[in-house]
Amino acid sequence: MELSTISSNLLYGAFILYLIATFFFGGTIRTKGKEKASTRTGNIAITITIIGFLSQVGYFITRWIASHHAPVSNLFEFTTFFGMMLVLAFIVIYFIYRLNLLGLFTLPVALLVIAYASMFPREISPLIPALKTHWLYIHVTTAALGEAILAVSFAAGLIYLIKSVDQSKLNKKTFWLEFIIYALYATIGFIVITSVFRGIGYDSTFQIPSEMENAEPTKVEFTLPAITGPHNGELITNGAMQPIFNVPEWMSGDKAASKLNTFIWSLLTGLVLYGLTLLILRKRVAAAIQPYLTKVNPDLVDEVSYRAVAIGFPVFTLGALIFAMIWAQQAWNRFWGWDPKEVWALVTWLFYAVFLHLRLSQGWQGERSAWLAVIGFAIIMFNLIAVNLVIAGLHSYA
Amino acid sequence: MKNITCECGHVNPEGTVLCEACGKPIEGNQHINGNQPNKLLNMRYDGSARRSQTYNKTFVDKIWNFFSSVKVGVWLIALTLIASAIGTIFPQEANNQSPLPANQYYEQNYGIAGKIYYQLGFHDLYGSWWYMLLVASIGISLVIASLDRFVPLYRALKKQKPKRHETFLTKQRLFGQADQATEEDKEALVQGLKKQRYKVYEQDGHILAEKGRFARWGPYVNHIGLIIFLIGTLLRFVPAMYIDESMWVREGETKQIPGTDRQYYIKNEDFFVETYDKDDPRYQEAIEEQGGTVVKNYQTNAVLYERTDEALPGSEPELKKIKEGAIQVNRPIKVDQFALYQTTYQLDEFKTMTFKIHEKSDEDEKELDTFTVDLVDPKPEYNLENGIRITVDNYFPEFEMQNGEPTSVSKYPKNPAFVFNIFTPDNPDKPEVSFVGIGANLDPSGENQYKVGLKDFETRDVTGLTITKDLTLPILGLGGLIFMIGVIQGMYWNHRRIWIHPREEGVWIAGHTNKNWFGIKRDLEKIVEGTNVPMVTDQNELKE
Ligand code: HEM
Repeated sequence: MELSTISSNLLYGAFILYLIATFFFGGTIRTKGKEKASTRTGNIAITITIIGFLSQVGYFITRWIASHHAPVSNLFEFTTFFGMMLVLAFIVIYFIYRLNLLGLFTLPVALLVIAYASMFPREISPLIPALKTHWLYIHVTTAALGEAILAVSFAAGLIYLIKSVDQSKLNKKTFWLEFIIYALYATIGFIVITSVFRGIGYDSTFQIPSEMENAEPTKVEFTLPAITGPHNGELITNGAMQPIFNVPEWMSGDKAASKLNTFIWSLLTGLVLYGLTLLILRKRVAAAIQPYLTKVNPDLVDEVSYRAVAIGFPVFTLGALIFAMIWAQQAWNRFWGWDPKEVWALVTWLFYAVFLHLRLSQGWQGERSAWLAVIGFAIIMFNLIAVNLVIAGLHSYA
Repeated sequence: MKNITCECGHVNPEGTVLCEACGKPIEGNQHINGNQPNKLLNMRYDGSARRSQTYNKTFVDKIWNFFSSVKVGVWLIALTLIASAIGTIFPQEANNQSPLPANQYYEQNYGIAGKIYYQLGFHDLYGSWWYMLLVASIGISLVIASLDRFVPLYRALKKQKPKRHETFLTKQRLFGQADQATEEDKEALVQGLKKQRYKVYEQDGHILAEKGRFARWGPYVNHIGLIIFLIGTLLRFVPAMYIDESMWVREGETKQIPGTDRQYYIKNEDFFVETYDKDDPRYQEAIEEQGGTVVKNYQTNAVLYERTDEALPGSEPELKKIKEGAIQVNRPIKVDQFALYQTTYQLDEFKTMTFKIHEKSDEDEKELDTFTVDLVDPKPEYNLENGIRITVDNYFPEFEMQNGEPTSVSKYPKNPAFVFNIFTPDNPDKPEVSFVGIGANLDPSGENQYKVGLKDFETRDVTGLTITKDLTLPILGLGGLIFMIGVIQGMYWNHRRIWIHPREEGVWIAGHTNKNWFGIKRDLEKIVEGTNVPMVTDQNELKE
C-alpha cells in the first residue's frame, strides 16, 4: 500500500475511534448511583480516545514522510492537526480532573473539526517559498495547540451553561445558548451538504468577464447549486441552477461568491437539521440535555474552564504571536504587518487577557466566565474559518 | 502617614485592610476590599495597603487611581481589541495594491460604508494617533497598576506570621475544625505538608505552610516584559535604530545599497524563479489544482562589496568583494547589521534594443545600417555609416497611450518606445520623425523616406530587495522572553498557603490559594489522610 493511503486510513481510523469513545463517554452519565460502573466505562472511553489519538499521530507522521514537509501547510492539514491537538488537550486535562463529561463535549467538537477539514482539497501540496522554514511548522503547531487548549475551555463553559442556565422560559440567555448549539448544527450542515453534492457530482461553472481588455474571462466553479452567483457572472453550465442573487462588487476574489454560497447552504442545512431536532425533542436542545447534567459539580466545571485558559494562554501567546513574529521577520523582514490573520490573533490574545483580568480582579466566575469562554472560542473559530473565507490575507492557505 | 498598630503588635501602613502579620481585619478599612461581617474575607493582595485605595486628593492621586484600576485597564484592552477588529473589515491603506488614492478607493469599492470607514480614519487605523494613544495608555496603566500592587503585596507576604488571628482563619474559603486532633495528628499534618513540598514555618505552635509564592510575581514579570516590548516598538522611530529601504538591481548591475551610507554595494549575478516539476507524482494533483505552476524558489545570486576608499560623492568607488551567496525568500543575506531580503522581482526587463534602418520604398527592406540602444541609459545620438544621423527625441521606458498622448508610466524599460529624429545627408536641417515601439511603427507625417524598425532585443531580470537594519529586535525579543517567563510563572504555579492553628481542644485548619482550588483541596485531602482530622470544608460551596 502506498504511504499516503496508509496515512488516510489512519486518519479515518482515528475518526471512528473518537466516535466510539464519544458513545462510551455518553455511557458514563448516570443520573442515579452506580459510581463504579461509571468509572469503568470512563476508563474504556479514555483508552479508546488515546488509541484514536495515536492513530492520528500515525497519520501525521506518515503524511509528513510522504509529503517531505510537516503536514500543516494547507487548510485540510492544518484543521485536522487542530482536531488532533484538541484531543491531546482533552487527554491532558482529563488526567488532571477525570471529568468524563468533558469527553462527551470535547470529542464531538474534535470530530466536527476533522470532518470539516476533510471537505477541503486533500492532496499533498508543494510548499511555496514563503512557507519554507522551520519556523512555519513551529508557529503553526504551537498556535494550534494553544487554540485547542482554549477550545477545551469552551467545552467546559458550554457544559456549565447548559447545566445552569434556567430553561423554564425563553430569554436572552436561552436564546444565545441555542444559538451556539445551532452554530454546531451549521457546521454539521456544511459537512452534510458538501458531501451530498460531492456524492452526486454536482458542478456548475460561471464565466466572469475580465476587467482587463482582451483578457480571457475567468471561470469559476461551484460545487453546490448557486444560490448566490459571482458579480457579473454568467452561468455557462446547461441545466444548472440560476443564482437567486449575485454578490456585490466588492466581493471580488475569484472564490468569494462560491464561498458565500457554501456558507448560505451550510446555514440552511443546519437550520433544517436543527428544526428536525426541535420537532423530535419538542423543547430547546439545551433544555433536553440539562436533566442529564444534574450530577455535575458546577464549581468543578468552572474550574476546568478557567484552568484550560490558564494553561492555554501562554501556549497561545508563544505560538500565535511570538513564533509568528519570528517567522514573519524571516519571511517578509517585518515581524508584524497588520495582516487580518495577524490582527485576529492579537484580538484573540487581547480577549483572553480581558478574560483573565476580569476573572482575577473583578471576580467574574461561573456563568459570566463561561460565556466569555464561549465567546473566546467563537473568536478563534472566526479567525480559523471566516478570516480565510472573507478577509483573505497573506495566510490564506486554500 | 497614619500608621495602624494591630493588637498583635505589628505596625501597618495607612490603608491596610488585613494586618500584615496576623491577618486581623483592621476596623474602619473593611470597605476598601468590600468585606462584610458575615462573608468570607476578600484576600485580594492579602489586604495590603494600596496607594490607589488610600489617597484620592491631589491631581496625581486621581491620575494614579485612574490608571491603576483594573476596570480601566480592561476597558483599554477591550477598546484596542474592538478597534483592531474593525481595522480588518476593509483592507488597510498600507496593504492594498490599488493605484487609486485612499479618498477614492474606499468609496468606489465599498460604497457608503467604505466612505465612512475612510472618513473615520480606519483605513490607516494602526498608525493613527488614537490607536497609538490606546496602546500607550495600556502601557501606562500596566506600569501604574503593577507598582500600586506589587510593593504592598511584597511587604504583606514578607511580614506575614504563622500565628493568625482567628477571625482571619474562620473567614477563609477553606476552613475546618478538628477538635479531636491530638499532638500526633498535628505532627502527621506537618509531615504531610512537608511531603507535599510545602515550606513549613512555626511560631508558638502555630503553623504556616506555603508553596509557590514566586508565582505571585508572575503578573508583574509579564507586565515588565510587555513594557520592554512596547519600548522596543517605540524605538523604531529612532532613525539610528531602524532602517527599511528597498532597491532594484538588474542582472549584471552593481549598485550601492541604500541606507548603508555608501559603504556597501551589491552585484546581481543572476536572478531566477524555479517552479515545481509538474510531473512529480508527489505533488502532481495539487499542482494541477492550482493551475499548473507552483513556485518553488525565488533567488538572487549576489556578490557584496565594501567600499575601501573615502566615500566622496561623484568619485568612482573602489570596491572589495566581501561576500558571495544566494538570497532567497526566508534566507536573507547579512552584512554587518544589515539584512537583504528577497522581496520582489521583474522578469525579462528590456536591456537593449537593436534597430535597423532601410528605405521605406524598398520592398526587401534592405538593411542600410543598425544601431543598438542601451535602454537604461540611451545615448542621445547615433551616427550611422552612410551619413545618416539619428537622435532620440523622446524615450518612453514603459510606454502607454493616455488620453491620446504617449506617456511613460514608469522609468523602467518594460515596454520601451522611442521617437527618433532621422537626419539624412540630403536634408541635414529637417529631420524625419519616426515612432518605434514594440509592435508599433508610425510615420506621423506620412512622407518619410527612411524607416526605422526593431531588429532585435536583449532582456534581463531585475531583482527587488529590501534592506533592513533593526536594532530593536533584541529588545523586542527580550520583552517577549520576559513576558513568557512571567505568564508561565503565574499560570503554571499557584501560591498555596495552609494554616494550622492550635486550640485548647484540637486544631483549626485554613487554606488559601490564588488560583486552582481543586489543587489545594487535593493537597489537603492527602495531608489529612490517616489522621483524626476531617477534611476542611469549602465555605464557598456552603453559601449556595
Ligand atoms: C495586553 C495587555 C496585558 C496582558 C497580556 C496582561 C497579562 C496579564 C496576565 C497574564 C496576568 C495574570 C492573570 C492571572 O494570573 O490569571 C495579569 C494580571 C494582572 N494584570 Fe495584566 N495584562 C495586560 C494589561 C494590563 C493592564 C493594562 C493592567 C492595568 C490595570 C493590568 C493589570 C493587571 C493586574 C492588576 C493583574 C493582577 C496582578 C496580581 O494578581 O498580582 N494588566 N495580567
